[in-house]
Amino acid sequence: MKNFLVTISLMAAGVCAVAAKPNIPAPVKVPQMPHYRFENFTTANGLPDDHVYSVLVDGDRIWAGTDNGLAVYEDHKWKTYTTKDGLAHRAVLSLALDKNTGDVWAGTMGGLSRISGGHIDTFTQLNSGLSNNVVYGVSVSGDEVWVATAAGGCRYNVRTEQWDLYNERNTPMEEIWVYGVSATPTKVYYAVWGSGVLEYDQRTKAWDRYDDPDGETQLVLFKDQGLIHEITSSVSYVDNVLWVSTYMGDSRYDGRYWHNFLTIDSGLPSNFTNLVKGVDANHAWFCTDRGLAYYDGKDWAVYRPSLTNGRPEMIVRDAEGHVTNIPVTTAPAHNYILGIDFQGNDIWVATAKGLSHGILQR
Amino acid sequence: MRKASHSSIAAFGACILGVTSVAIVVVALWTAKPVAAVVTGRVGERLIYPSPLEMLQSADGKQLFVLCNESDEVRVLDATTGAAMKSIQVGHVPRGFSLSPDGSRLFVTNSWDDTLSVIDTASLQVIATWHVGAEPSSVLEDHARRYLFVANRISNDVAVLNPQTGAEIKRLSAGRGASYMALSPDGRKLFVTHVYPNPSAYPKQPASEITVIDTQRAAVVDRMQLHSIAGVFHLAISEDGRLGVAAELHPKNLVPLAHLEHGGAFEDTLMLFGADVGNQTVEVPLDELERYAARPFGVAITPDKSRLYVSNSGSEIVTVIDLPRLLRYIHLHRAPFVQDLSASSNYVITRIHVGHDPRGLLVTRDGSKVMVANRLEDTISVIDTRTNRLSSTIQLAGPAKLSVLRYGEQTFYTARYSFQGQIGCANCHIDSTFDGLEWDLEPDGFGRDIVDNRLIEDLKGTEPYKWNGGNPNLPTECGPRTEKYFWRSANYDDLTLADLVTYMLSLPPRPNRWKLPGYELTPAQARGKVIFERTVDNFGNPIPLQNRCSYCHSGPKGTDQKSFDVGTRKPTDDMSRFDTPQLTNIALTAPYLHDGSAATLEEIWTVFNPDDKHGRTNDLTKDELNDLIEYLRTR
Repeated sequence: MKNFLVTISLMAAGVCAVAAKPNIPAPVKVPQMPHYRFENFTTANGLPDDHVYSVLVDGDRIWAGTDNGLAVYEDHKWKTYTTKDGLAHRAVLSLALDKNTGDVWAGTMGGLSRISGGHIDTFTQLNSGLSNNVVYGVSVSGDEVWVATAAGGCRYNVRTEQWDLYNERNTPMEEIWVYGVSATPTKVYYAVWGSGVLEYDQRTKAWDRYDDPDGETQLVLFKDQGLIHEITSSVSYVDNVLWVSTYMGDSRYDGRYWHNFLTIDSGLPSNFTNLVKGVDANHAWFCTDRGLAYYDGKDWAVYRPSLTNGRPEMIVRDAEGHVTNIPVTTAPAHNYILGIDFQGNDIWVATAKGLSHGILQR
Repeated sequence: MRKASHSSIAAFGACILGVTSVAIVVVALWTAKPVAAVVTGRVGERLIYPSPLEMLQSADGKQLFVLCNESDEVRVLDATTGAAMKSIQVGHVPRGFSLSPDGSRLFVTNSWDDTLSVIDTASLQVIATWHVGAEPSSVLEDHARRYLFVANRISNDVAVLNPQTGAEIKRLSAGRGASYMALSPDGRKLFVTHVYPNPSAYPKQPASEITVIDTQRAAVVDRMQLHSIAGVFHLAISEDGRLGVAAELHPKNLVPLAHLEHGGAFEDTLMLFGADVGNQTVEVPLDELERYAARPFGVAITPDKSRLYVSNSGSEIVTVIDLPRLLRYIHLHRAPFVQDLSASSNYVITRIHVGHDPRGLLVTRDGSKVMVANRLEDTISVIDTRTNRLSSTIQLAGPAKLSVLRYGEQTFYTARYSFQGQIGCANCHIDSTFDGLEWDLEPDGFGRDIVDNRLIEDLKGTEPYKWNGGNPNLPTECGPRTEKYFWRSANYDDLTLADLVTYMLSLPPRPNRWKLPGYELTPAQARGKVIFERTVDNFGNPIPLQNRCSYCHSGPKGTDQKSFDVGTRKPTDDMSRFDTPQLTNIALTAPYLHDGSAATLEEIWTVFNPDDKHGRTNDLTKDELNDLIEYLRTR
């Protein structure tokens, strides 16, 4: 009898347990996001400076724009170009590759340099038509080098050697502090700090401008109806889609619809984004002050040293907002991310304390 | 080696310049063996001479192609007999040519009309004419026939074309005045030289480069730096690919030219590179004391790598070098060699006198002969490589008479008038242009009164000459002044000087590449023209006459022929007023200002015009300054 009662009790408990099952959250299926093993470079292993503003992949060579020269990694060795080699300034803020010729363009705090065949030519506001020596951004399309400076945008035609300047006198630019540029054969976009995004149509030679529709500096009143904020920090135009980063969130524009990204409703680790780089129309990387974020069109992943204990972490957020910490053993050199470029499946990341090579694991 | 003595010229006759024929006897005694005694009249009419510049042998070796620089043609000769077979008209002022790898096509660069003529070598007809970059000077197709490379002198780049269609794929930046190219024997690398120095800080020794292009990627992979070099011409690569040789000028432009008697103007040198010299660059001199090898131009290495031939256009010789001895010498001795005027005796076998202005060299396929094109004599000298003596001379058909202009041009290009035959006009005025250098000319101490070299095109109406405006006319400029300060000898007779001046005044301006075909202005150029001609500044204030661009730079040549103080005097200058330079082709002639201290047109105003003395410009925005420069480039 006693055994019978125990059996009945267990069965009842089992029934209850089965009956209670719908109230337990179903296990979350964690999206498969890329895993990387990060190898980090600092002054300890050859970089001229830990502060890396920009990074550029050039085939097997990696260029790193640092606060103390332009470094190139080739055959497992670093070589550094300095002002003694003709570099315009020690601080290299931006880099661009002319895929046609193989020349590398470096925007610095003291002018624009072209590195070709190991030799450097420098263009400054005094010796050339460059509008200002502080070159935040550079991008190459065909024979034209598009430049973002502290005094407007420029276009330099390497064939005719003509400079065209773009500023408040000949474009809808209110501010002339231009932070980023993305040039393609069809469109050119400038990220203008405090003046939104400027678009140049290469065919019609007409300018257009995109602004934050609510005009608010602290609030987002009209979400997904335009640019998230006027203080833009970078632009990336790929597959006819514009990605824009600002210090108050990021945006994607497909020519018809805008989509805004904020920490409250996306996997962005911070609204303060230094740079965005689109992989294609649906995938992009966001370089924020709180880590590196990847967006695959639906889900997010963040790679960084933990903000609390510095341990490597990878955080995945799915489209429904489920957040999962993925155990990892490596992370980018620092969570203040300034730049990124792609080498096949790998990524190279510029941070405030070193350059990181993210080697894809799966 | 033959003992040399200095040159003398005797001229007799009388003429009315440019009109009447004269009898003149020119006896060149540069060496014990006279070069060529020319006994002819000089006529005033403008005659078109063939002016052979370069040569090629056809794939089967039976034909000799001769590029004729003045008559705008390629002449086809029988390679054995030298007999004329055909003339093929090409574009204007052809400067370089090459055969396709299979020899079926001959590519010709036409430097004044910016085109490339494609000749079918079977039919000897021009089958296509392609538009290329500014002043194309040489052309080469890679072995794989993927790319056709064209070196453009004015646009300072190498255009990469589709060799089948002529469509341009890309431009690669090269050195300033990109001109001559050579392929490595395996076809993987293309080496490019340039005739004007790259920009460098003022005042500084010039710098040049050999641009190295990976022909598979069509990308620049290296720029071999050539320190203190300005003016690099032909280069050659040995058949084993281990040695490269470039002909070049090593100017001593910051040493007073008055020191010519101390070897103070130019070194005539070769730059060696490649595995044979440890994959570095090694500069070796060609000059010997009292036997200068002025202006090396063409280089050719024999197939067995035993000999190197160099044409020296100013000295009118071909220098023959024993290559194994040269390599042994540089391995046994410590560089630098360039200042050592005894060095070349260790590897120069002989110096063979040829004709006026020897340029392109050709080693026949069997290595038995070397040919050199004597541009200003319309002849081809044939040298037997066994004996290193002239075996014959091929005379190209052309005017029998010697014109005033041709004699003046010969005078311009020869080095025979200067002390020890060191230099000629063309040393500093490369191909009758300029050299991109600033010079310390006067005997007033080192570093004083540095002056920029100016273009000599379209000179009529631009007198006086010199930056201080001290020479009222060209006979003064090119006569007593040149003899005293440059040649350090006095040996122009009046007629020779008159012919030289006539030649110089005949030099036309090169076509301006910044002008649109119909001479209309682009929007930026039009805005710049308004600024150039403005009378009121951006604040509405009237600009005083002498502060207007168009006041001093007036007239068709852009000069009022007067001197002004524009605030550019340096502590090393003895005066502050300088001649207003003409604006002809100003875009080509960097550096700028009387002393070449402005590296670019921009620097004239961004750096050297703080007080608005060189025109009212400090009110201009950067956009407006850019527009002004766009307009100036059209002048």
